[in-house]
Amino acid sequence: MNKYLLLPVLLASLAAQQADIRLSIIRPDRPTIALPDLRGTGEAQPLMNGINSKIFSEIEQAAVLKIAPKGLYPLTVPQQPSDFKAPTVGPNRQPLSQGPWLTDWSGAPVNSNYLAFGYATVQSGRLALFGWLYDVTQKDTQNAQVFGKVYFGTLNEDGAKKVALEFAADILARFGGKSLAGSRVFFVSDRSGAKEIWSMDYDGANQKQMTFYRSTCISPAISKDNTKIAFTRIGAGNPSIMVHTTDSGRKLNFSNPQATMNATPDFTPDGNQIVFSSTLGGSPANLYVSGADGGGIRRLTSVRSIEVEPKVNPKSGNEIVFVSGRSGKAQLYRMNLDGTDIERLTDGRGEASNPSWHPDGQFVAFSWTAGLEPGNWSIFVMDVASKKYVQLTTGARSENPAWGPDGRHLVFSRTVGRQVQLYSILADGSQLKQLTFTGSNEKPAWTH
Amino acid sequence: MRLQRTVRLTQLAALTLALMIAGTGCKKKIAAAPPAPAPTPVKVAEAPKPKPAITFSGDPLSIVRGDAVTLRWSVQNSDAVTIEPGVGTVAASGSRQVYPTTATTYVLRASGPGGTETASVSISVSAPSAPPPAAAPGVTEDVTRALERLVKDAYFGYDSAEIREDARATLQRNSDGLKEIFGKFANSTVIVEGHCDERGSAEYNLGLGERRANAAREFLVQLGVSGDKLKSVTYGKERPVCSDATEACYQQNRRAHFAAGQ
Repeated sequence: MNKYLLLPVLLASLAAQQADIRLSIIRPDRPTIALPDLRGTGEAQPLMNGINSKIFSEIEQAAVLKIAPKGLYPLTVPQQPSDFKAPTVGPNRQPLSQGPWLTDWSGAPVNSNYLAFGYATVQSGRLALFGWLYDVTQKDTQNAQVFGKVYFGTLNEDGAKKVALEFAADILARFGGKSLAGSRVFFVSDRSGAKEIWSMDYDGANQKQMTFYRSTCISPAISKDNTKIAFTRIGAGNPSIMVHTTDSGRKLNFSNPQATMNATPDFTPDGNQIVFSSTLGGSPANLYVSGADGGGIRRLTSVRSIEVEPKVNPKSGNEIVFVSGRSGKAQLYRMNLDGTDIERLTDGRGEASNPSWHPDGQFVAFSWTAGLEPGNWSIFVMDVASKKYVQLTTGARSENPAWGPDGRHLVFSRTVGRQVQLYSILADGSQLKQLTFTGSNEKPAWTH
Repeated sequence: MRLQRTVRLTQLAALTLALMIAGTGCKKKIAAAPPAPAPTPVKVAEAPKPKPAITFSGDPLSIVRGDAVTLRWSVQNSDAVTIEPGVGTVAASGSRQVYPTTATTYVLRASGPGGTETASVSISVSAPSAPPPAAAPGVTEDVTRALERLVKDAYFGYDSAEIREDARATLQRNSDGLKEIFGKFANSTVIVEGHCDERGSAEYNLGLGERRANAAREFLVQLGVSGDKLKSVTYGKERPVCSDATEACYQQNRRAHFAAGQ
């Protein structure tokens, strides 16, 4: 009987702690912005669809603002500040509208806090986008203007994309948002016949093969300055660590210790050290740290259980989370980089793997079977200090989460049938988007 | 690359379709297969038992030595399916990665109430662009053949590197086989490969495969096999022999496998 009484209390407290984490990553009380379509003159006109949809998708994806529904917007949309006409007061003190005004946007039914508006034209053969951001809750246009800027680009789709991204980035910067534009995801794909490292834009565009080892390459990690990528290669012999440049894919020097296994590398934030799993001191694999070229190796853990996937806190640089079987099945642990203060993070149920630090060094995303049968992996996010966690995915096998540079999106792999594909998702579980479609694709790492 | 894959899939689909249309007919699809057995006399009232229908493909059909070929098959109307050389008895449908070192014709034989049918896939193997190591290929092949005859895979429990009773018996037999091989081929070495099933994470399984290979190797050394000649390697879950999501298949993948060293 006690058991049944306890359950609702437990569920309520779980729901409460889940809300806490969700609130601190994606705030539900974020301000609202109205994004009416910008119009263009002359040769800029055919580019406006592209510009408007790019601005919209950038603002929507960043999730620092809510977007007021377009269907509610007033018919007359300002294109520049001089279009606003302050209402005058009639004989009975009633406001007499003279034209577009801030209250068209701040009042019902739009109920917005902000308005982005402007227009595009052609200047000296170049595309010019005039963009303004207004706080429409202010009394007059002087106080309302947050910024007004002109953005230049080539008179084609590339230029249209550039000016739209810059305008959106300026808006997002006002709200602490970071655009994902320009960020890349490195991952493992077997579409060439062997598992090689590939890369793509954050939205799945521009997929390119980086390594040509014709052998299995897994577990990539990217240095915080985005110049280097380290991964595990299983060739004809033992798993070993490879380090390449991210831009040209050039192989860099890393001397692997003489061991049957050197695997799952990660960089310290300064890029001067690499933490990894190795059997240098014998079986099973434990954790080690070395210089960026493999020199100056030092043992971090010494236990009779498998330890893999050390990941360095990108903020502090002096803490790692890792996966260990020291209490039985694989679980998530944390410790200081000097080996002190070891603590288990997951509660011992199921198997936990694949930790990835949030850029703020507070949260870790990971995969966990929790109370389910082996192989039923889901994505979770945990606040490391409090060990409170929230489950992001259910259903299909989901693994290898990696945080995006905005700290709001994750990319992860999901198995449907025999196919493994990469998806991005917002940290509140919305905006699920499939990024890969060819071959099997897994183990993503997002640039910082 | 995408175009090639599409074409191949289309061919496969066409083949499957053709087989489906052929239905229970005895039409063979691969010319190299031996002739179908003569139809057995049947009682008038009884419908003829359908012959096994086979779909069997290899991808790719041409490799550089060391690369993998994925054999895929699907067989109907059969209760016993074998693929030779080197694969043995398999389920009615599935896939398997093989690493032929020379040109090899894999023959799938399916037997059922309606008779026996075969299909074959020929893989051509070219030498890698870099010259092969000095150890003559002949020696490697002989060791490989001896391993196939004398040494069997040892199996493990889930997330475990413990030597079970069945693995103990297998490894005891293997120790005799390995001693015979090392006696016969003085310069040979054997690699103990540790493998895992697909359920755990790839990263943790690298550690688990290492542990399995190491445990099997240590056990053999205790039985008097020369440790200098046994090298251990982990493949984690990256080289499964079986790809079905069943415990029978998981068990086949949780293994220590023995391969000729370079």
